[in-house]
Amino acid sequence: MNDTTMIPLAERPVVTLKEHIVEIISDSGEGAQRCGQSLGSIAARMGNGIWTVEIIPAEIRPPARSVAGASGNRIRIGASRITNGGDETDLVVAFNEQVLLGRVRDRELKPGCTILLENMWRSHKDPAIAASYAETHDKLVAAGYKIYEVPMERECLAVVNDARRGKNMFALGMLCSIYSLDLGLAREQIALTFGKKERSVIDANVRLLDAGHAWAEANLDFKYRIPATRSTVPQIVVNGNTALALGVLASGMDICAMYPITPATSASHYLSDVFEKVGGIVHQAEDEIAACAFAIGASYAGKCAVTITSGPGYSLKQEGIGLAVMGEIPLVVINVQRGGPSTGQPTKAEQGDLLTAIFGSHGDAPKVVMAASTIEDCFYSVITARKIAETFNMVVVVLTDAGLATSQQPFPRPQFSESWLAPPIDQSPVTADTKPYDWDPGTGLARRIAPGQPNGMHTITGLAHDRLSHVAYDPDANQEGLRMRSLKLAALQKTLKAPPVFGGASGDLLVIGWGSTQGAIEESVETLRAEGLKVSSMHLRFLQPMPPGIKEAMKRFKQVMTFESNWGDRPEDEIIDETNRRYTALATLLRARYLVDVDCWSEVRGQPIKPGTICRVIREKLNRRTLKAANS
Amino acid sequence: MNTATECLLRMVEEHHELEDYQGGVPRWCTGCGDNAILAAVQRLCRDENLHPEKTVFVSGIGCSSRFPHYMRTYGFHGIHGRALPLAEGVKMSRPDLQVFVNTGDGDCCSIGAAHWIHALRYNMNMTLMLHDNQVYGLTKMQASPTSPKGTKTNTSPRGAYLDALNPLTVTLGVQNVSFVAQVVDWIPEVLYDVLSAAYHHEGFSFIRIIQRCPEWLPRLFEPVLHDTNRVLLLHHARGLKVSESLARTYRKQLEHDPSDIHRAREVASGTDPIPVGILYRNPEVPCYEETRHAGPLRTGAQVQKALETELDKYTVWPQAAEQAS
Repeated sequence: MNDTTMIPLAERPVVTLKEHIVEIISDSGEGAQRCGQSLGSIAARMGNGIWTVEIIPAEIRPPARSVAGASGNRIRIGASRITNGGDETDLVVAFNEQVLLGRVRDRELKPGCTILLENMWRSHKDPAIAASYAETHDKLVAAGYKIYEVPMERECLAVVNDARRGKNMFALGMLCSIYSLDLGLAREQIALTFGKKERSVIDANVRLLDAGHAWAEANLDFKYRIPATRSTVPQIVVNGNTALALGVLASGMDICAMYPITPATSASHYLSDVFEKVGGIVHQAEDEIAACAFAIGASYAGKCAVTITSGPGYSLKQEGIGLAVMGEIPLVVINVQRGGPSTGQPTKAEQGDLLTAIFGSHGDAPKVVMAASTIEDCFYSVITARKIAETFNMVVVVLTDAGLATSQQPFPRPQFSESWLAPPIDQSPVTADTKPYDWDPGTGLARRIAPGQPNGMHTITGLAHDRLSHVAYDPDANQEGLRMRSLKLAALQKTLKAPPVFGGASGDLLVIGWGSTQGAIEESVETLRAEGLKVSSMHLRFLQPMPPGIKEAMKRFKQVMTFESNWGDRPEDEIIDETNRRYTALATLLRARYLVDVDCWSEVRGQPIKPGTICRVIREKLNRRTLKAANS
Repeated sequence: MNTATECLLRMVEEHHELEDYQGGVPRWCTGCGDNAILAAVQRLCRDENLHPEKTVFVSGIGCSSRFPHYMRTYGFHGIHGRALPLAEGVKMSRPDLQVFVNTGDGDCCSIGAAHWIHALRYNMNMTLMLHDNQVYGLTKMQASPTSPKGTKTNTSPRGAYLDALNPLTVTLGVQNVSFVAQVVDWIPEVLYDVLSAAYHHEGFSFIRIIQRCPEWLPRLFEPVLHDTNRVLLLHHARGLKVSESLARTYRKQLEHDPSDIHRAREVASGTDPIPVGILYRNPEVPCYEETRHAGPLRTGAQVQKALETELDKYTVWPQAAEQAS
C-alpha cells in the first residue's frame, strides 16, 4: 500500500479493543527491544494491563536481515489485568522483511494480521535485496497478511542523520498513534529511558517519536483504543530478573555469589548496581561450583547467602548443594530455567529442571523447592526462601524461567516490612554441653551455631555425622541423620496452606500447573468455563514439600492433568503406551505421591505455552471423553 | 576501666594451652607428615593465643583435609577441591575470623586447580597449607599432579607418565600473589617459622609443605632425608633467619630477598636441592575482602531506603505513589 492513498485522519474510525498483541522486530542492535519496552511502560502508565516478552536471537550478533535474527519485543496490551503473553500477534512493526519470515515460521503471527513494514529495501541498491523484499512482500500479501509499507528510513532521515539509531522511536510514535496512547506520557517515558544520556539525545528521540506519531496520524487508515483503568494503588513494572534482584535486596541477604549464565545474569547485573550501595556484595566467582561453595561458606559463617544461576550452572552446583544439605547450612539457590539438556536453548523458556531441583545431588538430599509463577512472585519468593532457609537450616531452590526473567507485568508496589529481613545471627550463649546438631526428635530442627560462639566449636562435615558433628562410624548415627534431615521437610509441610482451586471446586477436569504457566492456564480456564466446560485449575508454588489439600482437590474432579513446558511422551506416538510413557515432571510427582491417574500435556518450543493452545487441548480432551462415553 | 586484678584475671582466662586446640585423636598413619603440620599449627595457635571460637580451619577432601577434625576450633570439612571457595565465603562474610585452609596435592592442584589460581588473585587474608605428599593417599595410591615422573602407582603401574606439576612456579605466575613459601615436614623449626610468617602476612599465604607418605611412597624422600645437601635453606634479613644449629645441619643456603619476584620464580623452578623458606612476600597487595567491604554494616533502615529508591524508579503511577506516601 502506498502512503499517498491513505484515508485522511478525520475519516478514521477509532475501533475499541479489549486487547491487542503487538510486536516490534528488527535486526539486533536496531533498538526494537527498547521500543517495545517503552510501549509497554507507556501503556502501563495509561492504566492498561500489559505483559511484555522479549524476542531474543540466540546469537550475539546474527547477520543483518536474517530469518533467525529477529530481535524485539512483544507486548500484550489489555483493558484489564494481563497475566501472560497470550496467543498470536495482531500487529507487527518490522524493520525488514527477513525477520518477519522467522516469526511466520515460528507460528507467532496471527493469520492475516497487520504488518507495518519498512519499505526502504524495495529500492535497495543491491538488486538481490530489492528482489527478496518484493518477493517476500508479495508472498505475505498472498498469504493474507495486511501489509502497510512505511518509509521509516526516509522519514527518520528528515529528523536525524543516522536513521538506524532512531527508527525505534519513530516506530514508538506510530504505535502511540495507532493505540491512541498519550503522547505526553510517551515523551516522559523517553526522558526516563534515556535519563542518563545528554539532553540532545533525549530531544532527538522525542522529535523522532513526534515524527512517527504525525506520520501515522496522516497516513494510516486505522486507529485503535484499548480502554484503560488506572489502579488506585501504586504499581511497579519490572521484569522477573529485576524482581528477583529486588527480592534479594528486600530479604536482607548480604552476599550473592554467581557466575555469568544466560538467562540469569541480568538479575546479578542489577544487584551489582544497587546492592553494594547498602553494603551487600555480588561476588562473581571463577565458576559455578565456586559460586555455590562461596555462598555456602558465607552462609555457614553468617547470614544466609544466595547463588543465582541457570540450568547448566545448576547442574554444576549439585555437589555443593548436597554439602549444604548434609551440613544443614541455609542457602538460597535461584535457578532461572532455560531450555535443556546440556547447553540447550540458553535464551528460551522451559520448565525442565523440576525433577533435578527436587532430586538433584546424589544420595537423599532433601531440600525445599519453590517456583515463582508471576513477576510479582519472583520478588516475594526470594524473601520467603530466605526465611525458610534460615528457619529450617535448609537449601531452598527457587525456580523461575527465561520467560519470567524477561517478561514485564505491573504489580502492586511492595510495601516494605521489617519481617522480610533476616534476623541477626543467634548469639545467645552456648553451653559446653550444647550439641551442634541437637535435632528435635519430632521435627529434625536444631539450632545453628555460627563461628565466634565460645563453647560451640565443632567441625562441619559432608561426611555422615552424629549430633556432635563427629564422623559417624556407627550405622545408627547415619540413619538418624538421614531421618532428621528428612523430617524437616515434613515440618515445613505442616505450615503450608492448601493451594486454592481456580474456577469451580469440582467438575470434569482439574488442571494443575507450576511456575510461569499460571497466567495462561487461568486465562484458559476462564475462557473454557465461559463456554460451559467444567474446568478448574490449581497452581503450585511449593513443589517440595507439596502443600496439603492437593489430593482432596483432585478427588472432586473426574480427570486431572498438568500443562508443563518439559517433555512428556505423547501417547499418539506409535511405540508409546502406559508401560513406557514418560510423564512430565509435575505429573510424575503427582502420580507418585497421590496414586491418581494424572495425565499431562507439554510443549517445549522455547516459548511460553499459549492460552489458545491450552484451550484447544482441553476441548479435544473433554470432547474425546464425551464421545467415548456416548459410544460406550 | 578495668582494675588491675580484673585485667590479670582476663589475661589468665584468655591464655590458651596446647590442649585447648587439640580436637579428636588424629587417624593419620604413623610417620605421616600431617602429624608434623598439626603439631606446628597447634603450637602457632597457642603462641599467638588465637581464640578457638574465632578460628576456622577449612578443608577439602583427602588425608590432609581431615585436619579440622583434629583441631578444637571451628572447622569446615568440605568437598573435594572446594576448600578455597568455601573459605573465601567464610572470610567475606566474617572478616573477623582467622581462616586457615588445609588441602592436598590432589585437592588443590588437580580437582580444585581453578580455585587455587583464583584464590591467589583474590588475595584474601588467610593461610593455605598445601599438604603435598605427591600421591593420592585416602583413595589408596594413585598418581597425583605432583607425583614425580615414573612414580609407580595403582593408576600408573609402569610409572607416572607426565612431568610433575610444580606448585610454586604456578603460584608465582599468578597476578596478585602475595606470599609463597615452601617447607618440608622433617624440618619442624622452619615449618613453624614459615607458618608464623604466613599467619602474620596480611593477604593470601600459600605454603607448600612437602610431606612424607610412609604408607604409599615410603622411599620417595629417603635420599633427600639422608643427604642434607639436597635441601636449600632460604634466608634473608627480610625473610627467615636461620638458627645456628639449623645452619650447621643444612649447609646449603641461599640469601634470597623475598620481595624479588623474578628471583623467586627462578628459585621456585629448582627442585634439587629443594628450596625451603620464604620465596616471595608482598604485603602491599590489596585484600579482596577489604576492597569489597566498602561501607558500614547494613541496617534495616538502609535496606528499606535502597529498596524504596529502586521501587520509585519502576513505579508507573507516580500520582498514586504520592497519595500512598
